[in-house]
Amino acid sequence: MKTYAEINARIESGKAVVLTADEIIDYVDRKGLEAAAAEVDVVTTATFGPMCSSGCFLNFGHSKPRIRMSEAWIDDVLVYAGIAAVDMYLGATELRYNDPANMNYPGEFSFGGGHVIENLVAGKTLQLFALSYGTDEYPRREVRTYFTLDDLNQAIMVNPRNCYQNYNVAVNTSDRPLYTYLGKLDPRLRNATYCSAGQLSPLLNDPLYETIGIGTSVWLAGAPGLVYAEGTQHCPTCRRGDNDVPMEGAGTLALTADMKQMKPDFVRGVSLMGYGVSLAIGVGIPIPILNPQILKRAAVRDRDIYAPVVDYSTDYPERTGKVLGHVNYEQLKSGQIEVNGKKIDVGSLSSYAKALEIAHLLRDQIARGEFLLSPPIRRLPLQQTMKPLKITEKAK
Amino acid sequence: MTTKKLFLFFPKCETEKPIIYHLVKDFGLIINIFRAKVTPDEEGYLALDVTGEDANIEKGVEFLKTFGVNVDPFNKSLRWDASRCTHCGNCLTHCPTHALKVADRQTMRVAFIEELCIECLACVRNCPYGVCTSAF
Repeated sequence: MKTYAEINARIESGKAVVLTADEIIDYVDRKGLEAAAAEVDVVTTATFGPMCSSGCFLNFGHSKPRIRMSEAWIDDVLVYAGIAAVDMYLGATELRYNDPANMNYPGEFSFGGGHVIENLVAGKTLQLFALSYGTDEYPRREVRTYFTLDDLNQAIMVNPRNCYQNYNVAVNTSDRPLYTYLGKLDPRLRNATYCSAGQLSPLLNDPLYETIGIGTSVWLAGAPGLVYAEGTQHCPTCRRGDNDVPMEGAGTLALTADMKQMKPDFVRGVSLMGYGVSLAIGVGIPIPILNPQILKRAAVRDRDIYAPVVDYSTDYPERTGKVLGHVNYEQLKSGQIEVNGKKIDVGSLSSYAKALEIAHLLRDQIARGEFLLSPPIRRLPLQQTMKPLKITEKAK
Repeated sequence: MTTKKLFLFFPKCETEKPIIYHLVKDFGLIINIFRAKVTPDEEGYLALDVTGEDANIEKGVEFLKTFGVNVDPFNKSLRWDASRCTHCGNCLTHCPTHALKVADRQTMRVAFIEELCIECLACVRNCPYGVCTSAF
């Protein structure tokens, strides 16, 4: 048994034993659970993939004369201006002004909010265009100017939903191709796409949210960040395996961090043909090995994590709840799964390679004493469901 | 016999000449065209494999250069930008020849085997990060 304080003291003295979530698997096999739990202080988990519920608050500072921006665009991408005078929220999935979307199906969606965020973090020069109705103290009615990340007072990423605990494996049983947020799905079960880092993924290594909670320190695209709330659609009451690992979506995290400290390699705009734009982001979360039980969960391996195979031609859009079967991440990562007796080639939208890179970066940062752990100030809910949207005919 | 992948850029003035005919007839080269865009009064592009004796391929390339055709082995018609690839693996099921494949199942890093690429452009349309681009 260890405490956060003891682990942090070992990190600060440069003596902490830190392993990644893939390294820990063999380590526990070799040393045994009890011995490994006594030795290992931290296991680093990570994920990298498109996370649509991402965006950032930006503060531009005040022009002379002042403007209370009521509508604004950054590189022709609309930002939300319904907050204080020069504060904006830039969302990952916002399209560029005049993007034809799916009018020429399937649309290309080559540029949008996610790409603006990528360019901002990469230090590129962006254009701000804003309009206002003008007020006595904010007389300016229009502004067009150019800026970089350095020019902003604050650029704080605030992502309402990241790190989905698990995710569907998408397939298509229909006769026509589908263009989805999981990429192009060829007709008649010709391919499948998954989106999770499996045995490296943060919430799959802490399935009951014993260490990851509100206030947990995280690595968000290289910047020190934190979990500020449960993520939207956080739904812990789901089907779980004997190891308590969810066999479907389940938990989510709301994350925040300072964009000025982020690394461009881990903040990438995403274009999904026929679907839209998004932002792929890298997240690393350390798990303190407080006891053998926590270590046992953190040593979970791909073959013990199952994901549901869902038909995106009917069952997903119509929300029938039907699942074609379950496959594990070892099968998914082999490149082929079997569904309805048919062998299907598998692609992915989550990058295991990038997740691995992040897990190593965070491991080394902790080992050097540069990243301390924080105990959650509040647990994530363990008992709640996800309500559907009811379409009613009359107001209540 | 070797096979070499070539990407030819035709200046506007040369698009009328039967260049491929001469490559076959005069130099005994076997030609496999992946993609071509040769329209009147515009610049032209041709992505092809040539198979033949090394000396003949060299002579053929020299012949092309006399027309002002640009033969640049480093300027590809289909480019995979390794520095922008996130190794997500979305391309894998869309690449019919497995030119894009997982190089190592431990790290799940993706590699591009240029020789296998037939320039179907499926990756250009499908890559979420714009890693694969076409010159034409």
